[in-house]
Amino acid sequence: MAELKYIEGYPENMYKLIDKVHATRQKRKDYTPEPMSREEQEEVLNLHPDYAPGGKRKISIGQNKGDIAPDPVVNLLEAYPLVEEEEIDISSADYSVDILIIGGGLAGTTAAIWANNEGISKDKILLVNKLRHGDANSIMAEGGTQAADREVDSLKRHYIDTMGGGHFTNKPEVLRGLVEDAPFIMHWLHELGAIIDKEENGNFVEKWGGGTSIRRLHSCKDYTGLEELRVIRDEFRSKEIGCIEHYPAIEFLTDGENRVTGAVLYNLETGEYKIVEATATILATGGFGRLHIRGFPTTNHYGATADGIVLAYRAGAKLRDTDTVQYHPTGAAYPIQIVGYLLTEKLRSSGAQPVNIDGEAFVFPLEPRDVEASAIIRECYVRDKGITTPTGLRGVWLDTPLIDEKYGKGYIEKAFPGMNRMFSRYDIDMTKNPVLVFPTLHYQNGGVETDPHGHTTIDGLWVAGEVSGGVHGKNRLMGNSTLDTMVFGRRSGISTAEYVKSGAKQGKLTLEHQKRYVEMLKEAGIKPERRSPILLPEYRGKESLARMIDIF
Amino acid sequence: MPNKEETSSDKKLDSKEIMDRIAEASRQVVSGVEDEEVENWVTIYIMGRAYEVPADLTILTAMEYAGYKFVRGVGCRQGFCGACSTVYRKKGEYKLQTGMACQTRVEDEMYLVQIPFVPAEKPSYDLTEHEYDVNVLFEYYPELARCVSCNTCTKACPQDLEVMDYVQAAIKGDFKGLAEESFDCIQCGLCAIRCPSEIVQYNIAQLGRRLYGRYDSPEPEHLKKRLEEIEEGKFDKEMKEITKLSREELERMYAERKREED
Repeated sequence: MAELKYIEGYPENMYKLIDKVHATRQKRKDYTPEPMSREEQEEVLNLHPDYAPGGKRKISIGQNKGDIAPDPVVNLLEAYPLVEEEEIDISSADYSVDILIIGGGLAGTTAAIWANNEGISKDKILLVNKLRHGDANSIMAEGGTQAADREVDSLKRHYIDTMGGGHFTNKPEVLRGLVEDAPFIMHWLHELGAIIDKEENGNFVEKWGGGTSIRRLHSCKDYTGLEELRVIRDEFRSKEIGCIEHYPAIEFLTDGENRVTGAVLYNLETGEYKIVEATATILATGGFGRLHIRGFPTTNHYGATADGIVLAYRAGAKLRDTDTVQYHPTGAAYPIQIVGYLLTEKLRSSGAQPVNIDGEAFVFPLEPRDVEASAIIRECYVRDKGITTPTGLRGVWLDTPLIDEKYGKGYIEKAFPGMNRMFSRYDIDMTKNPVLVFPTLHYQNGGVETDPHGHTTIDGLWVAGEVSGGVHGKNRLMGNSTLDTMVFGRRSGISTAEYVKSGAKQGKLTLEHQKRYVEMLKEAGIKPERRSPILLPEYRGKESLARMIDIF
Repeated sequence: MPNKEETSSDKKLDSKEIMDRIAEASRQVVSGVEDEEVENWVTIYIMGRAYEVPADLTILTAMEYAGYKFVRGVGCRQGFCGACSTVYRKKGEYKLQTGMACQTRVEDEMYLVQIPFVPAEKPSYDLTEHEYDVNVLFEYYPELARCVSCNTCTKACPQDLEVMDYVQAAIKGDFKGLAEESFDCIQCGLCAIRCPSEIVQYNIAQLGRRLYGRYDSPEPEHLKKRLEEIEEGKFDKEMKEITKLSREELERMYAERKREED
């Protein structure tokens, strides 16, 4: 086969198609397609992976029996535990703490700091991580954090925007907590020394987010999550709060009734287990992008394998909105090495337009994410106006040079150093040429049901961040996830501290809930061929896997 | 030119078929490439041992292809977390290079090893107890003064940051320079591992940035005002009411939103 000729990072045939984008740019510069009406939105949503037939089924056991969820999620819920009682000794604890926090992204780390601020000793808090502390979806958040802190904006407006984005399914009291605490979170970040983009006059720079009616998005260039996580983790480390890495929880311990009392931890390197007893437990394990629902690539980190909902469900917690998954409209579609990687929505809120093969702007760039993603799928697979890559993926152009047209030369380099660096590694200059995009699996909209303080339907168990469900309803808006992690991380940290200080005592350690769950699995006729949580996805080469011998 | 409806592909796809097509097109990324699909191969040496791997992979995915199941040395997989620091040298070259495994394409005859952990000092401090002063940096990191301006740190940086320049800015008390030059740091630690003066550049930059962020410009007035309003309970009533609204009322309010002028 003839060697492909590359020009400026693109194969020649793709590169030639960019001429259409250049040729139409000036015309598109002052033209933006109108936002869709409700009816148009509903029609295009038929092409969304959540609404397209297939790929999902009813959960057959437990609290949410009868609810719909994606097949890979149901597979993990309808699976047997990694260890059962006869295999391990849970009679005494290796760690005895007031508060156990599982997951060290923004939510877990924030929770630990606020529990400590509320008087829980650093030695009585334990944060356990599956990867390193901070290797989480939080650190990869690019675009920003919403907070209604301008005079022209209001908490009510933030509430309505979010409610509409979530198709009016958000849990009202929880959403109220999100928008009410948002300005305080910006204040807290400032106190911690986060460098948040500011105007010359000292005000925060505030950008558009998809589905919002006003500029409300605070960012730190396109490294918002990185900056937020760096300062919060640095504060955590300065407080010397207990922390263990590469040591995930693989099962909760309960008192046999309806209360979580600790967890079984697993050393990923040595294979050893440890028992931790805790008066209160905060679950902050993030989402499920690495399950590759419907075969989509993902923006998520290596450990996003739904561990949290598996553990909580087995302990009897209630889930909600399990039927919806967020696909980010603009994942990278070329080159192959970065397919599925996040191209922040802030690119579109700064003027970049999705453009088809004919150079036409075919969609309002800032629809809510599910609508925007569906419109791109329609352009590629129904209208056949996508661009096909050498590996057979289709995508549309995201006309990034429009950003510099709008804000002046050099703006992309300054405002999007991360994006620019990523493409330049593959010889693509996004200031000069558009980049190719297609929707990518991004976010677990639903999760463990909670009250406004992060408390679940199980005693002793709180949740914060992506593992929780309700605040975003059936579709999350941009800039509300980093906000969610910090608002409910803080609230759950404070709430667990109060619980401990109110005199709650350590409960006994049992795996009774697990026994009951296994019974249910057997009664439902589910064969013991699947086990969960899976902890890490499988990417090893097929040839290599086929020849592996398990000796040690 | 056919009209809009007829431009949809030769045969109309239903949404389920579309999902299947997308999954098939993404298969290489999600579940790995099949050997017969690979056109170009390279040989890489993982800690000295040779493996034939598809040329289109990154160091990270090539190691997985070769059979490595990562526990350490992997994190976000997209260049933000700094977990997959890698040192490599190409055959016949003297130059030792660095990169993030997830962000670096494999090249033929690359000898590589990962550095999954960096033993580095991170002292405890309380920002509220300190002035906005360069002495704070020297108090916690006296070794900062040991910089010999050799520029090895800059050469080691996989983000291509001017690390030595920000260290020099720190020494001079130029917090702005330090903050701006170091802002894109992913704290992988490769600079510190290579530094002959044993400086922990990325931790110093972290403290410097926090001081800059906290003290260099005050909290915006509009934020202070909003916090006061919330404190006074100005929005309590309307927020309480809004949580009680019916879906129909919320839908109406959502539809009637006025979009802010650009």
